[in-house]
Amino acid sequence: TTTLTDYFSQGKNDSEDSGLRFATCQLLWKQINSETEKIQEELNKQLFDNLIHFLRQSHSELQTKKTEWMCRMKSSEIPTAALVLGVNVTDHDMTFKSLSEVLQDNVTPYVVSLQAKECPGIKHLLQKLMGQLMDCNVDVDSSEEEECVNISQKKIRCSMASLSKWYESVTKKTDSETPSKKRTSSSRHWQSPPIVVIFKDMESFTTKVLQDFIVISSQHIREFPLVLIFGIATSPMIIHRLLPHSVSSLLCIELFQSLSCKEHLATVIDKLLLTTQFPFKLSEKVLQVLINIFLYHDFSVQNFIKGFQLSIVEHFYSQPLSVLCCQLLEAKKRVNSLSHNQCENIRSLPSFRRYVESQVSEKQIALLTEDSFLKEVTQTLLEDLHIYHENYFTVLRCLHVFTTSLPKYPLGKQIRELHCACLGKSVWETEEYESAIQLLRMLAKDELVAILQKCAEIFISSSGKQFSNTVEKLEEFLARFQNLEETSEVQDVSVSSQKELQKTTDLYHLQKTLLALKESKRSKKLTKFEMLRFEVVDFIDSLVRSYLAPAEMQTLNEVVYFNTANTLREHLNAAPRIALHTALNNPYCYLKNQTLKSDVGCISNTAPDICIVYKLHLECGRLINLVDWLEAFSTVVTAVEGTDPDAVATDQVDEIIHARFIRAVSELELLGFIKPSKQKTDHVARLTWGGC
Amino acid sequence: MPNFEHPEYPEATLLHLESMVPCRESQVSSLLSIFGERQHFSFPSIFIYGHTSCGKTYVMQTLLETLELPHVFVNCVECFTSRLLLEEILTQLQSLSSEKKHGSHVPCDTFNDFVRLFKQEIITQDLQNQTVYIVLDKAEQLREMEANVLPGFLRLQEMTDRNVTVIFLSEIVWELFRPNTGCLEPFTLYFSDYSIVCRDLKELRHLAALNFTKYCEPVVRGEANERDTRRLWKNIESHLKKAMQTVYLREISSSQWERIQKDDGEPGHLKGLSAHAHVELPYYSKFLLIAAYLASYNPARTDKRFFLKHHGKIKKTNFLKKHEKTSNHLLGPKPFPLDRLLAILYSIVDNKVAPTANIFSQITSLVTLQLLTLVGHDDQLDGPKYKCTVSLDFIRAIARTVNFDIIKYLYDFL
Repeated sequence: TTTLTDYFSQGKNDSEDSGLRFATCQLLWKQINSETEKIQEELNKQLFDNLIHFLRQSHSELQTKKTEWMCRMKSSEIPTAALVLGVNVTDHDMTFKSLSEVLQDNVTPYVVSLQAKECPGIKHLLQKLMGQLMDCNVDVDSSEEEECVNISQKKIRCSMASLSKWYESVTKKTDSETPSKKRTSSSRHWQSPPIVVIFKDMESFTTKVLQDFIVISSQHIREFPLVLIFGIATSPMIIHRLLPHSVSSLLCIELFQSLSCKEHLATVIDKLLLTTQFPFKLSEKVLQVLINIFLYHDFSVQNFIKGFQLSIVEHFYSQPLSVLCCQLLEAKKRVNSLSHNQCENIRSLPSFRRYVESQVSEKQIALLTEDSFLKEVTQTLLEDLHIYHENYFTVLRCLHVFTTSLPKYPLGKQIRELHCACLGKSVWETEEYESAIQLLRMLAKDELVAILQKCAEIFISSSGKQFSNTVEKLEEFLARFQNLEETSEVQDVSVSSQKELQKTTDLYHLQKTLLALKESKRSKKLTKFEMLRFEVVDFIDSLVRSYLAPAEMQTLNEVVYFNTANTLREHLNAAPRIALHTALNNPYCYLKNQTLKSDVGCISNTAPDICIVYKLHLECGRLINLVDWLEAFSTVVTAVEGTDPDAVATDQVDEIIHARFIRAVSELELLGFIKPSKQKTDHVARLTWGGC
Repeated sequence: MPNFEHPEYPEATLLHLESMVPCRESQVSSLLSIFGERQHFSFPSIFIYGHTSCGKTYVMQTLLETLELPHVFVNCVECFTSRLLLEEILTQLQSLSSEKKHGSHVPCDTFNDFVRLFKQEIITQDLQNQTVYIVLDKAEQLREMEANVLPGFLRLQEMTDRNVTVIFLSEIVWELFRPNTGCLEPFTLYFSDYSIVCRDLKELRHLAALNFTKYCEPVVRGEANERDTRRLWKNIESHLKKAMQTVYLREISSSQWERIQKDDGEPGHLKGLSAHAHVELPYYSKFLLIAAYLASYNPARTDKRFFLKHHGKIKKTNFLKKHEKTSNHLLGPKPFPLDRLLAILYSIVDNKVAPTANIFSQITSLVTLQLLTLVGHDDQLDGPKYKCTVSLDFIRAIARTVNFDIIKYLYDFL
């Protein structure tokens, strides 16, 4: 890792605290990574429990060996679990890995995972299958050398018959083991443990391989308990598409469905981003990039987490002050040991400058000149930032409870949408917030009470003590609602007018009554419930205004917020065509050679040949005349080199220029911009459209 | 009076055999006469064919075992290479007379080796004086093996100069087998279906096994006796129908069916496999799939009409070509180049789509998910062509989720 640290320190000229930053980054990622693994484990638990239950059941039926006609019929079917995992194929590897671990811990040592690309034919499939099985046998008793030799021999001759022989010998051996050892093994695995074969990507397997495998193994199902698990990305219909009835009738298929990737993402965001547990934060734009990639492109939670990891690395790498992006106590300690350069870095932060400007002039001078004073202030500011976050997440959750009860979800259904809305700008200034508040003022009483109760729970469970007043206030509201119920009034006025409204059929009269109704409502004194409802909504509004201020407004937010969304987008959502165009059209962008700096539109003579050829070809139509092209190229190149005019006058293209041109054109062909055409002699066809 | 007459075997054995093979008496008796006596030379090869589960394997196995004829029974699906097949035959041959259950492994690479080893083995097993039967089940697999395997087996008697008969069991007719060279016509024998109604005995047995307890219920309760078939049928009819729609099609598994029966509940709450047809896709994948569908089912000429803003008034009849009068949906999806897919994509998505690497990898993902297929070789990088393989219902469901009225863009529904 020394090279990594070196890279971290070499990367920027401003290599302040690079070692410490690197260590902090590593530590933070380690914590986050273990948290994500924990989340994954919890989310999969239900699915895995169901699967184990299924395995246990299918297995017991095989084991009882009833001679009854029915059981014999059924036992000739291979128990199969169709596991629908969703289209986020990149996430499946993790799931399968933990699935086989869980199965190996609880059910059977004989778990085989197969991938379509490893099994182009039935022979490869069996080879892979037996290879993995024999390996896990070696794991069980690695002491016996001769057994291993035997295995390698069998491996060459992979047939189902030898597999069932192997199974027989393996289970017999465990039976004859010493009783003490047997007890330990049976506590983990069942007796005569099933062989579980996992087809990771069902869709990619060829029908022939699957069919052959199922037909062959169904003939040996009584010799060893085989269970299949089909990993399905699309829908279970694929089974019917891949297997004809004669083959699927050999299976006893049950369906299992994993949690949808969207729910998975919601949990990940909830546990990683909407918490004060980790000091590192994403700005609205960065979060939007990551979420967009997820929703628009791949549905992959793994990729989301990878993007998050990249943000962390990028943040600690590019922001010298990220050294303070750690737990509050540690950060305060680190502030004391900041160098003068780092103090200057703090002073140049936009958010800090804003803060300085708002102070009185003596304090301004002290902040800008005295490092020790600056450090003191920084410590309090960091604490403020921490408190801001604590409050922010609590109030955000509370507001989310309100907004999810609204029709059409003006502020979004998911909490992540609300979070993005609040992070970027002052949410109370948006139209969506306005309409949400309007809708809140129309909530029914029982709904409102339920929401208030939920909010009270959120505030109580939050760690911050500053919400004790809020909780009191909420409880007071709830009590008042309770009182209302007891002294409820009959609202005869509105009821009668409502009836009138139903009676009228004529448009003119309807309009009139509506107007009258509106007038009366405006003038009418609000009922007690309505007044209380207004009060509640105003209270929530005040909470939002005081606690959900955008992160950018917070002083020192640059320390913990990563906000260069562009860098992230360039890395995660690369556009190769655009990059290629940029490279050819504006070589300065990548080569950074001053002589290449030129205006758009004109063709620089110092540019690489391929760039000149590319720019010239942009001006052509679908077919390009090679002779014209060569002449244009020659003109550009000679104009650069300033060769004597005689050569140009001879109208003879220099041989070297000719060769350079041919090389550039063939490079362009290699890149896929042009191809030879048979439509016209001496012409090539353009494969792209558009020009400068 | 037994149906089968044969001087070689005792009457009791023949009677027992008859009881074992109902409805296959004529086939068995012709087989018996072909086999002749133990030491007789028989046909070099016999080819038996018939539909799935019409008793080919069962009859052969019962026949050979009851009469205690020396035989080898191999499944050609299981022995998927010629080497495995030949070795399996030799291994089984070894254990014919000897005590041990499994013979030791005999390496055998070529048919030539096989003939030599086979001759040796017949002598060591002392089988010269009786016919040895080699039954090759699922013989259609032999066609996939080396060209010499099938003719070799057809002429095994001739090549080994031993008393051996090879029996092929297959679901397809001999005409689809006949090799180009070295063919010796086998004796062919057809096993007809057990009845006109039953096409698959195994399935019938499966369904009967699953529903028999339900069928017996009135008898157990004392509401009907065993002979009261009418009443029993009435009781089971609706139930069987349900089973035909679910278990038979493997929509739900047999154990799930049993559980439902035990709880006496309706299978309504348990959805079959086909009920989960919905596939959740990322936003752009949905549009890519829609674009692919449009490209597959619309003639390329009509793209102008659908995707250009000012296409002018083109009536369907004006640009209808003769062969296009038939529905494109009846003809199935047509291949389209990548460029066309992207061009349609750009015009149907409201906001601007950058041609990022993610978009291209999404196309590949759709191919791995079998929603698109790559036409031609997958190593062709230059101008790949695709086909959209999803159904109209599927694409309509997808289009609905993104508020895209796909019917308006389909040439067939113009």
